[in-house]
Amino acid sequence: MPDKLLEEDIRDRLQKRVVLLANYQSLDQEAKNNLQKELQADHQKVLLEETQSPDENEKEKWRQLRLEIEAQNQEMMSEEKVVYQKLVKPLLPKQTVVKNTIIAFVVGGLICVIGQAITNTVISLGLGTKEAGTVTSAILVFSGALLTGLGIYDEIGRFAGAGSIVPITGFANSIVSSALEFKREGYVYGVGAHLFTIAGPVLVYGTVISVFIGVIYYLLR
Amino acid sequence: MLTKKVGKQTLQFPNTPVVKSWASAVGPKEGEGPLGQYFDLILDNNLDKGDKSWEATEQKLMQHSLEIALEKVKLQPQDVDYFFAGDLLNQIITANFTARFFGIPFFGLYGACSTLSEGMVLASILLDGGYAQRVGVSASSHHDTAERQLRFPTEMGTQRPMTGQWTVTGGGSYILENQGQGIVITGATVGKIVDKGSSNNNDMGTAMAPAAFDTLKTHLEDLGKQITDYDLIITGDLGSLGLNVLKELLARDGYPTDNVSDCGVLIYSPEQDTHCGGSGCGCSAVVMNYILQGMLEKKYRKIFFIGTGALLSPTSNFQGETIPCIGHGVALEYNG
Repeated sequence: MPDKLLEEDIRDRLQKRVVLLANYQSLDQEAKNNLQKELQADHQKVLLEETQSPDENEKEKWRQLRLEIEAQNQEMMSEEKVVYQKLVKPLLPKQTVVKNTIIAFVVGGLICVIGQAITNTVISLGLGTKEAGTVTSAILVFSGALLTGLGIYDEIGRFAGAGSIVPITGFANSIVSSALEFKREGYVYGVGAHLFTIAGPVLVYGTVISVFIGVIYYLLR
Repeated sequence: MLTKKVGKQTLQFPNTPVVKSWASAVGPKEGEGPLGQYFDLILDNNLDKGDKSWEATEQKLMQHSLEIALEKVKLQPQDVDYFFAGDLLNQIITANFTARFFGIPFFGLYGACSTLSEGMVLASILLDGGYAQRVGVSASSHHDTAERQLRFPTEMGTQRPMTGQWTVTGGGSYILENQGQGIVITGATVGKIVDKGSSNNNDMGTAMAPAAFDTLKTHLEDLGKQITDYDLIITGDLGSLGLNVLKELLARDGYPTDNVSDCGVLIYSPEQDTHCGGSGCGCSAVVMNYILQGMLEKKYRKIFFIGTGALLSPTSNFQGETIPCIGHGVALEYNG
């Protein structure tokens, strides 16, 4: 078939498919299958024309046509997704959000209470407030790390969710668990490379956000 | 009783499946190489226009190569009974997404650089056994996706050792049919894992050469053939170092080595500074386009193609394991 005719032919089908895709939900299975077949067939026709085009303009013309077909293929896939999501949504198990939130609040609060108890104890032993904070963090981080190593922290996490992730003990857990996991790949490419796999984003964005807050504080002061 | 298996590891295909069509899509570096004119589609950039990731571009390379191979012989995806494909990425994502596009019953393969030959062996078994009329086989790799998965981030300023090979950016596809004239597959030798204790992830050639040697030797012994019965023994892809090791191994056992060559050596010219040549599933997948063209031009009549895979995993490599290697051989003959 001469190029001109082939191009018109493909553009013609492209136009017809716009209508079909707009009413995709109402098509029967056979029509859907035919639509997919037609997309594949046109795509490979256009692709071969593109690779065999002698000059750049010609090539670009076929490429643009190919991209239009690819866009239609994408559209068809997202329509399929919509259909399927409608089907499965009622079958998904319900997330126990309220229960999880309460447990997280209680366990997270409990860890904070322990921290406060440690702080009060060390202050009563004669340390200043600032030093007491440092000592408390150190003890909590150590406890989190130790419980991770003993295989207890992941059990707590399974029960408490965010309640044991958010406090500083969770931070210790994320680093120690990575270290344990990757020790087998050696100290350099294993532990060294993966230590901050989980904690890294917290450190990076924690630092970035504290810079922003610092700037805001400076401007408001 | 086994009627189609000969010797220890060799299969014969009396119904001689035929390689009906093939095509390749490559990156710019491969296009500039000595085989550039044999490739169907050459991208301007390793990241194709409009793509957000190298992985997306690699997927296109594989998909487009199969589409071109189909269109060349005016076939549609639904004319193909099965599709074998593989690549280097975790969970062979390139192959999976390509198979999603085509909707052909699909077997995913992981064989590193041996993927193409592995696919050809399995396809031939289905075709010869009467389970299929037409099978598609594809393999692909991409320099940047492979580097970042197996070695270092692509922009990291490391010096590549002289033993290193350059992962080919390219995808190649082949359509095999159960009967016909042309380039036929007469037999195959299924490889065993051979591991001589190499663990350097920048020297795959040395690791793979013994696997290629083992498969070649077994093939010749199983069939009672001489190495000179073939016009070409082509490995894919040992690179120049690995090829020299293979020739050394062959010479020690008294085989002549004049007809032994390698896809990784052919794909780049020495000026392209790739050190030992090309590697990756895409290397043999695109170079075999050139070899098959050579068969049509009667440069070679009978060839034995050994896809050699270094089945390297960064995880086991860091854990101190060596690199298991494999070579699958396919015997091709032009009867036209």
